[in-house]
Amino acid sequence: MQAFLNNFANVDTFVSVLPLLLSGLLVTVSLALVALPLSLLSGLLVALLFAVKNRVLTAVLFVLIDLCRSIPVLVLLMIIFYALPFLGLMMPPFVAVVLTLVINNTGYFGEIFRAGLASVPKHQQEAGLALGISRPRVLLFIVVPQAIRNVAAPLASNALELAKATSIASLVTMPELLRVAQVAQANVYNPTPLVAAAALYFIVLWPFSRLVARYELKTIKARY
Amino acid sequence: MPAGAVEEIPMITIEKMNKFYSDFHALKDIDLAVEEGQRIVLCGPSGSGKSTLIRCLNGLETFESGTVTVVGIKMTRSSQAVRKARQQVGMVFQSFNLFPHLSVLNNLLIAPRLTGARNMAETREYAMHLLERVRIADQAGKYPSELSGGQQQRVAIARALCMRPKVMLFDEPTSALDPEMIKEVLDVMIDLGRDGMTMIAVTHEMGFAKTIADKVVFMDAGRIVETAAPDVFFSNPQTERAQRFLHTILH
Repeated sequence: MQAFLNNFANVDTFVSVLPLLLSGLLVTVSLALVALPLSLLSGLLVALLFAVKNRVLTAVLFVLIDLCRSIPVLVLLMIIFYALPFLGLMMPPFVAVVLTLVINNTGYFGEIFRAGLASVPKHQQEAGLALGISRPRVLLFIVVPQAIRNVAAPLASNALELAKATSIASLVTMPELLRVAQVAQANVYNPTPLVAAAALYFIVLWPFSRLVARYELKTIKARY
Repeated sequence: MPAGAVEEIPMITIEKMNKFYSDFHALKDIDLAVEEGQRIVLCGPSGSGKSTLIRCLNGLETFESGTVTVVGIKMTRSSQAVRKARQQVGMVFQSFNLFPHLSVLNNLLIAPRLTGARNMAETREYAMHLLERVRIADQAGKYPSELSGGQQQRVAIARALCMRPKVMLFDEPTSALDPEMIKEVLDVMIDLGRDGMTMIAVTHEMGFAKTIADKVVFMDAGRIVETAAPDVFFSNPQTERAQRFLHTILH
């Protein structure tokens, strides 16, 4: 037991690497804070384009979404960061990681929003139109809010996935949480930094998932 | 007879209107004129086209030939014209169709807000007045799912009224309600009719028709078969089809 604690939860190590880990956490959080809203927005946009019900547009979107989702996120980052420069397209690691996460998650969020839009009964649109509200406004103020409520849980779980996927940034040498934990581990010769990093992920993400659960309970009464 | 007091201004004119669902001829040569302040009850067996007909009046359904003029606006494919007409034509649906993500008060306010109401403070006051009128002002802050069916339908009526429409369309407004809630909705509708609102209601509620309607329009298989004053229609229907229909809803 003592050996286990010395290795996996070494207090001295923990104290010495904490500042490093916190700086890594800051990078992780800022990646997530930039990539998440962008992914949500582009996902919603894709779902709304599906709602246009143009056959050609729908086919193109399906191909794009399937492509984005089937390429492993690591491979996507490799292509964007290491292959695109050969085509003259260079970008800082932060931008490359955000772009990768957005492309990858547009497909996922798009599908979730699409299901959400489909879950709002057609008579809701009719009720809005019958009141003389224009079609775009009916969509934006009557259909979309209900759609988001209906898929709040999958949206939240995908948001958590995105937050954790920021660890791919370690591949392009960004000092995010996982990367600094690995560096620290190599320096102190014990896995405590990794355990601490896991704990930090948990501490940051857990309140978020609780918050979502509470929001869900609160909005149940605002459904049918 | 309240019809005598009515001014003769056509609110709705339908001429030679035909509607098809691909091969199915849903509405056949419909002619109907509704004057300001008139209260029309549309009835007929299910599938006779009565709901389709009133949905053509606010552009929720399109038609293939003929003309429909509502509050002076010719219903065409122009979304602008249709929207202008809809703002003056209230509609109440069988399944209420309240917006579940909005409170009762906001259900009333959303349409004025999104169609550019100038004075929201005044609109808000008017909305509260309407909620009082349908006797539900104490529930203004609640969500639709917290209300009974009858209460929801009364909110739906108030929501339509909040746009200050000139005509109200009712599409089987009490068909989805428990028997004990039907009366509270009909009372609101009767009150509205007595106030001079032009109304077209698809309903089988004969009590309602007898109390308030100027005219009963009976439809069958996409056609207007018989038009008569309610007392005449219910006591002495002229067509064999109407006689059979009344027989089935009376027994």
